[in-house]
Amino acid sequence: MPAPVPNHPFVTRSSRGRLIEGAVFWLMRLATYFVLVCGLCVLGDIFLKGGRTVFQAEFPYVNVPFLTQAPETLYVFEHEGQKMQLGDRDFRAFREAATAKAKAAGQPAPQFRTESYVYSAGGIWPCIVGTVLLVVGSMSIALILGVASAIYLNEYAKDTPGVRAIRLAILNLAGVPSIVFGLFGFGLFVIFLDWNVSLLAGWFTLAFMVLPVVITASEEALKAVPKGFREGSLALGATKWQTIRKNVLPYALPGILTSSILGIARVAGETAPIMFTAAYVVRDKLPWEVEKVSDFFFQGVMALPYHIYVVSSKIPQNEYTARVQYGTAFVFLFIVAVIALSSILLRNHLRRRYQW
Amino acid sequence: MEPSAPLAIRVPAPRDVGATSTIIEIEDFNFSYGAKQALFDVNLKLDARRVTAFIGPSGCGKTTLLRCLNRMNDLIDGTVINGGRIRIHGVDINGPEVDAIELRKRVGMVFQKSNPFPKSIYENVIYGLRIQGVGSKSRLDEIVEKSLRGAALWDEVKDRLHESGVGLSGGQQQRLCIARAIAVQPEVILMDEPCSALDPIATAKVEELIHDLKKDYTIIIVTHSMQQAARVSDKTAFFYLGRLVEYDDTQTIFMNPANPQTEAYVSGRFG
Ligand SMILES: Nc1ncnc2c1ncn2[C@@H]1O[C@H](COP(=O)(O)OP(=O)(O)OP(=O)(O)O)[C@@H](O)[C@H]1O
Ligand SMILES: [Mg+2]
Repeated sequence: MPAPVPNHPFVTRSSRGRLIEGAVFWLMRLATYFVLVCGLCVLGDIFLKGGRTVFQAEFPYVNVPFLTQAPETLYVFEHEGQKMQLGDRDFRAFREAATAKAKAAGQPAPQFRTESYVYSAGGIWPCIVGTVLLVVGSMSIALILGVASAIYLNEYAKDTPGVRAIRLAILNLAGVPSIVFGLFGFGLFVIFLDWNVSLLAGWFTLAFMVLPVVITASEEALKAVPKGFREGSLALGATKWQTIRKNVLPYALPGILTSSILGIARVAGETAPIMFTAAYVVRDKLPWEVEKVSDFFFQGVMALPYHIYVVSSKIPQNEYTARVQYGTAFVFLFIVAVIALSSILLRNHLRRRYQW
Repeated sequence: MEPSAPLAIRVPAPRDVGATSTIIEIEDFNFSYGAKQALFDVNLKLDARRVTAFIGPSGCGKTTLLRCLNRMNDLIDGTVINGGRIRIHGVDINGPEVDAIELRKRVGMVFQKSNPFPKSIYENVIYGLRIQGVGSKSRLDEIVEKSLRGAALWDEVKDRLHESGVGLSGGQQQRLCIARAIAVQPEVILMDEPCSALDPIATAKVEELIHDLKKDYTIIIVTHSMQQAARVSDKTAFFYLGRLVEYDDTQTIFMNPANPQTEAYVSGRFG
């Protein structure tokens, strides 16, 4: 005998519909978990292995040489029955000392049978410096150009088909692959303008790449400032520029800065745009060790993303290179996180100042 | 403010008006937003140091005419003056020699939606002076006090001049906007429904203020409240569909209008 069907308007529907709903819900849930797990695996891998390079168990707990020295070739050899790993400079000093000691004792100079691994010793200090310089420079250029054109488009230009076409073009620019920007920068700045592979070329290439983000974000932020502020200011006899400078831009700034800095943090991680325009595989001098001030702008630099690329694909892989790869990735992620975090803090600070 | 039934409008006894002089002359003025004409052949002479009210049903062009007086409509794309002129002190304000910026310093404006800037009360009041490059601290302090007193706001905010103007109540915000407008010492103050977002008490304060300001300023006020027009204005202009229908002493407009349309509107039968 079947159970009696209750007779009220809230009777449970057919179980098939519920089954489908449950299945769809679970599929979506699983997709989310899958994404989460992938992300955690990638980050966890870098944090675990990179952490081993960057941190150490003894005081000062941070691997200072890794953060403050230039990359060196690693020499691995056996000496008096002991397996040794030394960086380039240390190895030379060690060999000299050992030779001198042998001479003093009247013995023949010791033979060292070494295996050498490029970039596997020392640190990544020049790459950190280079990346910070690239980020700061391209950010400044992108902000100046981007905010200026956003102000023009949003406040001055009339809404003609031409202006709409420009807007569309800017949006489309955001979809251009980074390698194309790299080639563009190479063609325009490095070859045509003859800037060589230089900081300046890298700055402009990266800046052009973030410009769509900066312009779009700035336009949004400017649009969010109420029209009443502009009219109120103009009605008091302010010119358009005075109005923008004193009564529009300050309120739009939090939005502009946050989105732009986040955009730049993303772009700073791109290898393609700088590999032809600004990055050197290796450079002994630090950027400020130049003779003339103008040389500063026309020198190439080492950079973290390019260094990761070089140590993971341009040199023979072995147990010693992994240390540098993961350590560099870790430091790089850390810098990007710091930039993003500071942009958010800055926004919160500015937001508190201007509320309406 | 005495309570009055909506339809029975009590017009105060005519005040001692003294001699009047015309400051603004509007002659055969036509104005269009692109293809849409908003004003047709408006002729109007506005008195100095008096309050003139613009009344009329929604969309009849009151705001449009008001914003023509300080050329705020220049900022809207596609607007055209297709005929006629507006003179202030005999000068055609749309003439080639006239700078809209200078005009707006002389013809201030208070908006329907109060728009204090997200700055301190002090900075709000001196905004126009900062723009003009006045830097002297003592002079600014003096003007802030004078303007806030003029806007009947001083006693309420004198201890919090450096707090944000956005933190004030709606009525205080509107009076702050009036203080901001009078700080640059204009001759004319245009008010577009200044009380439409205010409660009766705040409205009464602003109306009282308008009454006081009349000594020094020419005031033109757009309002939807017949009572308000009757209470504050000396003369009233009634507009309908972009045309000026009737313009006369407020008392005449409300008690004895010449035009049946005016009569119908002020007695609340349409609009
Ligand atoms: N920016 C604009 N673009 C196009 N048409 C407009 C614009 N502003 C106003 N208009 C039109 O002009 C006419 C007059 O508008 P206006 O704002 O002057 O009316 P109003 O009398 O102030 O009305 P309300 O009492 O509702 O404020 C209306 O038909 C309106 O649709
Ligand atoms: Mg209006």
